[in-house]
Amino acid sequence: MDGYLGPYATVGLLLLVGVLIIGGAFTANRLLRPSRPNAADGKFDTYECGLDPVEGGWAQVHIRYYIYAYLYVLFAVEAVFLFPWAVVYLAGGAKVIAEMAVFVAVLALGLLYAWRKQALRWL
Amino acid sequence: MGDTISFPHLDYAALWPMLILFGAACVGVLVEAFVPKAWRNTVQLVLSLLAMGAALVMVIKRAAAGVTAANAHTASDAISIDKAGLFLQGALLVLGIVSLLLIGERTLETGGPFVAQAAITVGSEADRRQAARESGATEVYPLALFALAGMLLFVTANDLLVMFVALEVFSLPLYLLCALARRKRLLSQEAAVKYFLLGAFASAFFLFGVAMVYGFANAVDFNSIHANISTSDKPFALLLIGLAMLAIGLLFKVAAVPFHVWTPDVYQGAPTPVTAFMAACTKAAAFGGLARVLYVGFDRSNWNFTPVLGVIAVLTMLVGAVLAVTQTDLKRLLAYSSVANAGYLLVGVLGGGAAGLSSMLFYLVAYGFAIIAAFALLTLVRDADGEATHLSRWAGLGRRSPFFASVFTFLLLAFAGLPLTSGFTAKFAVFGAAIGGGQTWLVLFGVLSSIILAFPYLRVIVMMWLSEPGDTTPSVSIPGALTSAALMVGVLVTLLLGVAPSSLLDLANNAASFVR
Repeated sequence: MDGYLGPYATVGLLLLVGVLIIGGAFTANRLLRPSRPNAADGKFDTYECGLDPVEGGWAQVHIRYYIYAYLYVLFAVEAVFLFPWAVVYLAGGAKVIAEMAVFVAVLALGLLYAWRKQALRWL
Repeated sequence: MGDTISFPHLDYAALWPMLILFGAACVGVLVEAFVPKAWRNTVQLVLSLLAMGAALVMVIKRAAAGVTAANAHTASDAISIDKAGLFLQGALLVLGIVSLLLIGERTLETGGPFVAQAAITVGSEADRRQAARESGATEVYPLALFALAGMLLFVTANDLLVMFVALEVFSLPLYLLCALARRKRLLSQEAAVKYFLLGAFASAFFLFGVAMVYGFANAVDFNSIHANISTSDKPFALLLIGLAMLAIGLLFKVAAVPFHVWTPDVYQGAPTPVTAFMAACTKAAAFGGLARVLYVGFDRSNWNFTPVLGVIAVLTMLVGAVLAVTQTDLKRLLAYSSVANAGYLLVGVLGGGAAGLSSMLFYLVAYGFAIIAAFALLTLVRDADGEATHLSRWAGLGRRSPFFASVFTFLLLAFAGLPLTSGFTAKFAVFGAAIGGGQTWLVLFGVLSSIILAFPYLRVIVMMWLSEPGDTTPSVSIPGALTSAALMVGVLVTLLLGVAPSSLLDLANNAASFVR
């Protein structure tokens, strides 16, 4: 377990354990359960807490959510950059504040563009 | 916290070209938001041209002031604007200006080559209305500016992380630009999705390669990587895996076999002006970055990568040439020819040393101008459905419009590498560098593939001149001022670099050094 790549052996071991547990569980299941291969009504339906399963697993989301998700990601990333900045800006002085102002201004530019293009209006 | 933070010194004189382009792109977004629709195209075009021109002036000023090892690095050595970097920046700007002229052309069809509203469903009533009347999206100008600024950063990045950021900055606008064709919109969108997905994979490879190299060298900047290659006590396999992954990311961008599969689809689907921009500028940027990685960061593992990249260069040349023979669409043919040209450029890079670098720089400029002119001509040959790019449609074009057919013939001869064209000088330089660097086997395959590649070009020439024009032979539109300018510049430079290449060769020779 030493050497530069040694720690990866742990990861490999974990992977092996995972495979063994899952495989073992399935094998134990197969050995213990009775085998009655008649397709009774509802036997192969997905279990949904006693409710009848709803048809189809393919749900469509309206495309207009996309623009909000997109803008959210933008400002989430901005926030991530703001945290380390908030720790050091007092030490750096005006220059650091100006730099972050430029960064935020560029993002604001994008928001301005989205607003003018009416991307923010819920149709 | 008692630590003091030291801030990187920024040499603004060196960074101006990039700052101007990024700033102008942001202003372009504002123009998009606030300038009335009728004015947007003019304002954006003038703004973009001015910005590129100003950036070019800054590059020339810096070149005139002199670049030395002392003033090359800036921003904590993350950016290295050395002689080769400056040459590449200048070349990218010049090629960018010429392809921007194509992007700005609005007289060939109503509204120009770009779609007005990319979000409108293809084939719907609204789509037919916008295709007939509305003028094309002007977002293409800021996108092109962002892409170009990213390329300038990419060729001067002295650090794998900065390089990755630049790679994304110039790739993302290109993905969008590919999807904006006015005609054949589904093809265009398909091209964009393919390019985006494969490009994302390539970026992921690049990033994982950065991680591996960091694992080996404990650094991501090229100087430390160079220093640590011989001293690091980490397993050498890490370096090799990292370098291989970095190379996959970069070879995808230069369209080398086996990472070339996107090229024909994207070149065909993208709006032709954008294809010209990609073929000239993306190629130059990607090769600039690749050369810097290999020459500055990893030159000590030369023995490891030269044979592998040599095989890739041979494959690229041969596969590109052979598949070009089978194409029936001119845009696809030029795409495969661009794949083969990536192989020739790789041969130059592998030649090594100053000769290899200068031959690559020269080739990039010569090829860029020729390919922009060729795509400019492709935008002119059109019928009611837009550009007629199928090969059979070009039959007999020489009888219909002998002038344009002669110009295209000249360009094809330049691609084939005949003397008195830039193609000959460029290939000569590249092969010369490879022989000088002891890579004669690459030159043998290079000459072989050149012979194969001449066949598709000659076939087009024969079709244009020796076939009778049919009923379906399209007419050649009268180019607007912008396309004429781009075409003329491209053809003249192709001729000049064939007849009197010495000034650019000298420039490239002087520029052929990276500063570590």
